[in-house]
Amino acid sequence: MPSPPPTIRPTDLVVPDAGGLFVPAADLWIDPRRPVPRALVTHGHADHARSGSEHYLAAASGAEILRLRLGREISLQTLEFGEVLQVGDARISLHPAGHVLGSAQVRIEVGGDVTVVTGDYKRQPDPSAEPFELVPCRTLVSECTFGLPVYRWPDPSGVMEEVLRWWEENREAGRTSILCGYAFGKAQRLLASLTPLLGDDPPAPILVHGAVERLLPPYRQAGIHFPPTDKAGVEEARAHKGRALVIAPPSAAGTPWTRKFGPVSVGFASGWMRVRGMRRRRAGDRGFVLSDHVDWDGLMDTVEETGAERVLLTHGAATAAVRFLREERGLAAVELPREDR
Amino acid sequence: MKRFVRLFVELDRTTRTTEKVAALERYFAAVPPADAAWATSVLMGRRVKRAAGTGQLREWVAEASGTPLWLVEESYDAVGDLAETLALLLPPPGPDAPPPPPLHRVMEDWILPLPELDDEATREVVETAWRHLDETERLVFHKLLTGGFRVGVGKKLVTRALAAHAGMDPAVLAHRLTGPWSPDPDTFRTLVDPDADLPDAGRPYPFLLAHPLQLDPLEPEGARELGPVSDWIVEWKWDGIRAQLIRRDEEVLLWSRGEEVVTPAFPEIEEAARLLPPGTVLDGELLAVGDDRPLPFAELQRRLGRKRVGPKILRDVPVKLLAWDLLEDGGRDARALPQAERRGALEALFRNLPERGIPLALSREVDAPDWEALARLREGARDRGVEGFMLKRRDAPYGAGRERGTWWKWKVDPLTLDAVLMYAQRGHGRRASLYTDYTFGVWDGDDLVPVGKAYSGLTDKEIRETDRWIRRHIVEKFGPVRSVEPGLVFELAFDSIRRSSRHRSGVALRFPRMARRRPDKAPAEADTLARVRALLPPAEGHGPAGPGDG
Ligand SMILES: [Zn+2]
Ligand SMILES: [Zn+2]
Repeated sequence: MPSPPPTIRPTDLVVPDAGGLFVPAADLWIDPRRPVPRALVTHGHADHARSGSEHYLAAASGAEILRLRLGREISLQTLEFGEVLQVGDARISLHPAGHVLGSAQVRIEVGGDVTVVTGDYKRQPDPSAEPFELVPCRTLVSECTFGLPVYRWPDPSGVMEEVLRWWEENREAGRTSILCGYAFGKAQRLLASLTPLLGDDPPAPILVHGAVERLLPPYRQAGIHFPPTDKAGVEEARAHKGRALVIAPPSAAGTPWTRKFGPVSVGFASGWMRVRGMRRRRAGDRGFVLSDHVDWDGLMDTVEETGAERVLLTHGAATAAVRFLREERGLAAVELPREDR
Repeated sequence: MKRFVRLFVELDRTTRTTEKVAALERYFAAVPPADAAWATSVLMGRRVKRAAGTGQLREWVAEASGTPLWLVEESYDAVGDLAETLALLLPPPGPDAPPPPPLHRVMEDWILPLPELDDEATREVVETAWRHLDETERLVFHKLLTGGFRVGVGKKLVTRALAAHAGMDPAVLAHRLTGPWSPDPDTFRTLVDPDADLPDAGRPYPFLLAHPLQLDPLEPEGARELGPVSDWIVEWKWDGIRAQLIRRDEEVLLWSRGEEVVTPAFPEIEEAARLLPPGTVLDGELLAVGDDRPLPFAELQRRLGRKRVGPKILRDVPVKLLAWDLLEDGGRDARALPQAERRGALEALFRNLPERGIPLALSREVDAPDWEALARLREGARDRGVEGFMLKRRDAPYGAGRERGTWWKWKVDPLTLDAVLMYAQRGHGRRASLYTDYTFGVWDGDDLVPVGKAYSGLTDKEIRETDRWIRRHIVEKFGPVRSVEPGLVFELAFDSIRRSSRHRSGVALRFPRMARRRPDKAPAEADTLARVRALLPPAEGHGPAGPGDG
């Protein structure tokens, strides 16, 4: 058995507290769960970006989305990726996390000691997000949404080909294809991944749900190319049902909203679709394994490549990954207290 | 194998019966008889000899994937399906992987020889298979290997699709597929040949199953649906094993509902069957009886599955076949005749048999002028050691499988008790990510003692809510089992209760299920073991007990 489990120490550069991850040297919180004086927000997802804090710090390329979600009036300071900001005793810089457009990892350096907080991240290619950058550190605070070795992502280009085949089968059967993925991030990734496959000439119209459409402009501003799309309104549904591909948030599945499209086939794009039981529970017709989070192999690679000696895991069921890192890799690994969501 | 795996994926993707049947039909149209034979066999749930232990398989997967064994278990716990977990853990096959062989080669070259091989040789075969197969193919292979193949299609759907494909009457095909047949191409071609003249000796008819009666005949709606009691043949429902006794030519065979031949376990029935005229098939309930009262089901189980029975057990557990239907009379299939006519022929048959001293008896009709009188009789069912009534529509033929409305089980109202949730475990398949399997306890002083497990009776919404509560109140983990704080009270319904030395509580419940949640009750208000024990039948009486085929 390994030595007594490592714990969180007072000398740590980041300390979990009731508000979230606190950085004492800079007197700020990363992705705080309640309003704080200074919040560093890794990305715009609701479990990371919450309103009510006095000042916000975020990556420049994610700023527009943050304003859309938290309000134009927030006090927001932005940082380019790689730019260093001295806050108190800490040198702080942001680095692409590859999770969604503008998602950042946080590098904190105090007196030569380096901690990296990954936020949500993935290491797979995604044409709608800046690619993940590996940042060496002594302490790694990593997300662990998919902390079991059964979660291993297939090549996304193969998944997109599956999506196209499914759309084609549905068109042949006269069914509308409703593809569900998070309104911010996954939906835009799906669209941007279709661009090189379809060009400007999709075989049938692509319609987007309002919640997805609202977030397209910041992506276009950032130079991300989408195939031509239309809004998924009543008129468009009447004109294109039986053929169209509709990109919608998961919450739209199984609601009366889908009725206007006639017979439909519902697909879900998510890492959870890797498991048959989950696919069936989702009550969709198809599951596509496409995740914006790191998979098991990606997590283990990241731990190794950063050279971290200590690993703090958060954001998921981390028990198995912690035990694996301790017993199989001999690293000091800890599960951060679980947040209430 | 590729085509069969595609069928598996198609069946797995849909819950609609018509789509499943269509997928099966496409499959049967696309593959040669050698593969169709095996697919039919496997999809109908026929088992081959268990080829490899799941323990070995876990170890080999652990080594091949560099996953410690405990992590294989953790993964299984989250995925809920062992064959799938192992497939997900294995490293993907190389780009130059050889193509998988067809299904019949997988079965005949890889799986069937395994029981004869030692561990090392078995492992070699399994690893060879992995090299040929991709992830989904491995999943299917693991299911074939461990003998648990369930994809939500039963005999009925397979029969329907195959009959449509072959242009046959489904009832004829169902009959042919009942009982043993070898999954080789020649046999299969004959089975699905509408013009084939198959010898039927020894083959049972598909059992007509009874449904639990949900209507109350004393309520207007139930009375309207069922009509007058005189439309029905009413018999006591005993707790035994459903069986078919076949007497054709020189052959006597006793089949259980699981479609297994159980003749060797019941030599006295085999002997008595020789008194029947050749060309007779009886349907009935096999019971263990002592002094004209049924013995607990567990006693009957002591005889079941034996290849040889000694004089002691023959004496200790005497059995009787209570005949309640006649399916073949004078060598002719009688199933199309109305129930009442079949009953008449059955009675005539028994008039020619000795009344006593043989283990064959006629199931008596219960006479009652109306439903009220019947309901009063039913209240005494528990004291008689029966489960309730069987209702059989007088004018109905003997259908195949689960046709609704011909035969009903009208069981006595369940017993209930209020119990506290003690342990939870994740479900399987569709419910793998939720805690759905619960163990309940009652108070013995200050301690909770487990009295039963239940995993049905809640709505999906209630399951999700209970799951959420469980996650917040876990106290300890034992493998996949989580103990929770005593906080939730449920009303459990069950059919009967018996003494059991195997359980700490000293009792065993039969068919426990969750009747409802009792958020109004504090855990301390749940029932005590003393009150539960008070429900036990008197020590000398032989109440119905143990798991039966219902
Ligand atoms: Zn996120
Ligand atoms: Zn997140």
